[in-house]
Order: sequence, then C-alpha cells, then structure tokens
Amino acid sequence: MNRQAALQLGAPAGLIVGAALLGALVSRSTEIYFINALVAVSMVVALYVFVGNSGVLSFGHISFVAVGVWAAGVLSVPEQEKPAFMPYLFGFLSDTTVGNVPSLVIAGLVAAAFALVVGLPLMRLSGLAAGIATFAVLEITNNILRYYEKIGPGLNTFSSVPETTDLAQAAIGALVVVVVAFAYQRSRFGRQLRATREDPAAARAVGISIYRQRLGAFVLSGFLAGLAGGLYVHFLPINVDAVYLDLTFITLAMLVIGGTTSLWGAVVGALAVSGLDSALANAENGLELFGRTLEVPAGTRIIVVSALMALVLVLRPRGLTGGREFSLARIAGLTRRKRAQEVAS
Amino acid sequence: MKAILASGLTDFLSDAVDLQVQVDAIGLGAVFALMAVGIGLVFGVLRLVNFAYGQLIMAGAFALAFASDRGWPVVVGIALCFAVVIVLSLVMERAVFRPLRGQSPAVMLIATFAVAFLLQSIALLWFGSLGKTAASLTELNRPFSVGSVEIRKIAIVAIVTAAVCLALLVLLLNRTSIGLHMRAAALDFQTARLLGVRANRVSAVAVLIAGVLASIVAVLLTVQFPTVTPTFALRETITVLAGVVVGGMTRLLPATLGGFTIGYVSGLLGGALPTAQSQYLPSFVFGLVILVLLVRPGGLFTRGVPLQERV
Repeated sequence: MNRQAALQLGAPAGLIVGAALLGALVSRSTEIYFINALVAVSMVVALYVFVGNSGVLSFGHISFVAVGVWAAGVLSVPEQEKPAFMPYLFGFLSDTTVGNVPSLVIAGLVAAAFALVVGLPLMRLSGLAAGIATFAVLEITNNILRYYEKIGPGLNTFSSVPETTDLAQAAIGALVVVVVAFAYQRSRFGRQLRATREDPAAARAVGISIYRQRLGAFVLSGFLAGLAGGLYVHFLPINVDAVYLDLTFITLAMLVIGGTTSLWGAVVGALAVSGLDSALANAENGLELFGRTLEVPAGTRIIVVSALMALVLVLRPRGLTGGREFSLARIAGLTRRKRAQEVAS
Repeated sequence: MKAILASGLTDFLSDAVDLQVQVDAIGLGAVFALMAVGIGLVFGVLRLVNFAYGQLIMAGAFALAFASDRGWPVVVGIALCFAVVIVLSLVMERAVFRPLRGQSPAVMLIATFAVAFLLQSIALLWFGSLGKTAASLTELNRPFSVGSVEIRKIAIVAIVTAAVCLALLVLLLNRTSIGLHMRAAALDFQTARLLGVRANRVSAVAVLIAGVLASIVAVLLTVQFPTVTPTFALRETITVLAGVVVGGMTRLLPATLGGFTIGYVSGLLGGALPTAQSQYLPSFVFGLVILVLLVRPGGLFTRGVPLQERV
C-alpha cells in the first residue's frame, strides 16, 4: 500500500477513532450521540459499497439493516424472556440464544443471503426501475416483519436485547465496515464495478459483466448493512418502524451530502449530519450559553437539518467532499490556490 | 386443502367483480392517476422525481382542516387549500428545483426528500402528530344505493373530477402554445431551449399545474380520510411513484395509466382479500411491482422497444 492509499484509509478511520475518543471524554448522556453517529457511519458506508461504486441508487438497503436488526434481535433475547413479547415464535427461534459477537456475524450473514436472493433478479434492472424495485423490497420486508409474528415481535419493540453496543464496539464495528469497504474498492472487483459506473459500454467492451459485479457489491453491502443492523439493535430497544422510511431517507441523505462516490464522503456525510442532528437535539433540551439557558422548541431539529440538507445540495451538488477520496495534495493545492488568489488581489 | 383454496379463490373472484368494490377501486385509481399526472408532468420537463409531492397534498389538507376548524365555509376552505399548495409549489420550484436543474437524478431526488422532510416537520411542529380533522365535505363520503349495492358518492366525484382534469390537461397540452412548449421540453430540453422555449417559464408552469392537481387530490382525499396528520398522503405518494415507474415514467400517458393501474389494483386487492391477508396488502402490491419491472423494465404501457439505457 503506498502513501496515498494509506491516507485514503487512514483519514476515514482516523475520523472514526477521533469521534470515539471524543465520545469517551463526554458525559454518559452525550456519549449516546457518539454511539449513534458511529452506527450511522456503518450503515452509510454499507450503503456506499453498493451505491457509490455502482452508481445505482438503492432504496432497499435499510431492509438489509432491518433483517440484521431482526436476526440479531430475535436470536439474542434470553430464552426465558422470549415468550413475553414474542409468543408465536417458531420453535427453533424461541429455543436458540446466541452471544453478542456471533449474533452480529449471523445478522450480517442472514442479510447477505437475503441480498443475494433479492439481487439475483433485481440486479438486471438499472436506473429508476432499479430504484423503485429496491424500494418495493423495503416495503415488503417491513410489511412482513411488522405482521408475521411467528418470526419476531411484530410491531413490538425488541426489548431485553442485551445492550452490548457501547462506544468501543460501535467504533470497532464502524472500523471493520470501513476497512472492508476500502479493501473492496481497491480490489479488482471494486475497480471493475467503478468502471461500469463511469462508462458501461466501455466496461462491457473489456469483458466486465455488469450484472455480476453489481450482484457481488450488493451482497457485500447487504452483509455490512446487516452487521450495522445488529449493532443498532444491541444499542437501543427499537421496533421494525425504526428501520424503515425515515432511516432510508436519512442514510441516503448522509451519503449524498458527504459525496456519493467516495468512502471519505460516506464517513464525512454520516458524521456531519449526525453531529449536527445531535447538537440540535441537545439544544432542544436546553442549551447553556454564556450562563443563560437557550430554549429551542422541540421539532426545530428536523426542520434545521432538512433545510441545511437542501441548502448543501443546492450549493454543492457533488457533496461536501466533492465525491473524492481524502488527499493531502488536494488540500495543499487548495491552500496554494487560495494564497495565490490573495496575492493576486 | 385444494377445496379450501378453490373456494377461497371463488370468494376472491366474486368479491373482485362486486360492483361496490369495482367502483371504489376505480375511484382510488382516479385519484392516483391525478397524482401520477402531477409527478409525471414535472418529471417530463425537469427530469426530477418529486418526492415532496405528497407533502404538498398534506399541506393542502391541513389548509382544509384549518378552515373547517375555524368554521369557514367550504368554498373558502378549498380556495385556501389551492392558494397554499400553489404558493408552496412555486416556492419549491424557485428555491430548489431551478438551481438543481441538470444535476444527477439522485441529487434532485434527495433534495426533494429534504423538502419533504422539511414540510413534514413544519407540519409536526405546527399541528402536532395527532393531526386535525377536515370535516367540511364529509357529506360526500355517504353512500347511495343503486339497486342492491351501496356506492359512496366520493368515488363517483373522484372519477368525474379526474376525467374532467385529464381532458382539460390534454386540451392544454395539445391546443395552447405553452402546452406545445412543455411537450417539446419533455422530449428534449436542450433543443427546446435552443428553439426559443423559455426554460424557467416551462418549468414553472409544469410545477404550477402539478400544484393545482395536488390541491384537487387534497380535497378528494380529505373527504375519504378526514384525519389530517403530518404523514397524510405519504403512503399514497410512494405507491403512485411505484405505479408511475411501472407504467413508464418518460411519457405522460403511460405514467398516468401506471398510476391508475396501481390504484385500481390496490383497491381491488384491498376489497377482495380476506381480512386475515389484508394486512399483507403492501406485500402483494409491491410484489407485483417487482414482477412487472422485471418483465417490462421500460414501462408496462410504453410502446415498442424501450430506449436501450446505457447504464
């Protein structure tokens, strides 16, 4: 790995470690926001592995997160607690309980299998048809998880799932996802998929199968999304509607705001939007400013976040990072240009 | 087992051809067709999937609820609804759509997500999550009898309104110069501009017409669902978006037919599915959506071989 590649991995990883260290310094009630942001990083990077590298928009990735939430949740509730809120469960689900790390791995694997089943037919589609078809997958997943009580709690909350996702585990999870995403995009498969994104005709002409490359990325990002879902359900008691429309929009928005086509953009977008969101959520609970408490009415948070989202997209349609990987040369170039402008003026 | 299945199927079929179910399904299809036109028209000119369309309808519905809360006459409420929706659409066009013209579809779609979120959270802050009741036109929700079947008046009103609106739109598109400009812009925006079509005017008019249709849909929907919450019309918009893509997004007629079809099929399945299965209605509808997309990715109602996409 040369210096440039090391930086491209080091910068996002450094941001994650930095966020985790910062989270360790603050109070317990504020720490929650940092864990939340790190879980969001896992989800957005998982989404990036497919959307960023293939250039095909997917609205279905939160269904893989939902499958991860379900698999890790239903398997890690202690056996004696299961009848209380999941009375209709199939035998093997109600008799099995697994530990923390195995449940995360299973969440990823089940989601990857689901992504494979879904991707086999759907990866033939492209453009808006692919977008709506993946959206249909989200609708169906949510609908079944919500009402089919033989496999899970239905609309009930996944209560009594061990809350093992602390700051360390969220950070390690995010790092694992980022390293996998980086390894993938440096591999020949990642490069082939990005080639199909830039010029499908030319990619086909050199013998790349668009269908296969997309399917591979879809399954890999399904695995990562499932893992992120596992982290999520071990972090907060949530129900099936927590992994539905709102999360779909917010994760896609994080990716687009950061810059769709780079890993650096995915991490920056996730951290920037969650950071802003958390700061405003904090302000809604009363903000200490110069000894006076500033009251922000509840609900302002979403208004400000969505207004800023629209603003960023209007001003910087390619995202905060411009969709490029982190590079010192570019930052140096920018400052040099700025200095040159100052000299000129 | 086979006998149960067979009797279930006959029940299903006899329910499906039931006149009441049919009229309700066509009524729903008519409302969805209007929404599909609103989405398809803007997509045609701007190549922008307007996800915030449902929130425009929601805003109109809140205007109706606001008026009925104050005890204002129905006409004033409807006028307020039109005013609110049209002003909002034009502001949206000027502030978000216009600056983003020519950007990638993903960016424009996410931007409309943001607008949708914004409008929804403003409604949440203003009116609360329980919402308000728009009770002005509930009289239309009552059924009247034709022979032995009961038909809700609103279904007929919806069908007639949709037919009139679509006829007017066809006249506008085919008989006026702005309609010609819009059709030209939908075919090839750059060339149309070179030939003197004013881009800003065309996109403003498309958004304006979509806004008028959204206010009509708001009036029709509040009659059937008088409780207006911040997520009002959100589910309908998602379904219509799916229908529009299934029908064929690039042309207005297939898009409209797609919207109608998905409304009709949802209405039919909703009326004819046994209660135990009706909670899985979205799974059935979206399963069909996936199937149709796999068979005809270019659109169910588009003619000939769809343009080979390079992606």
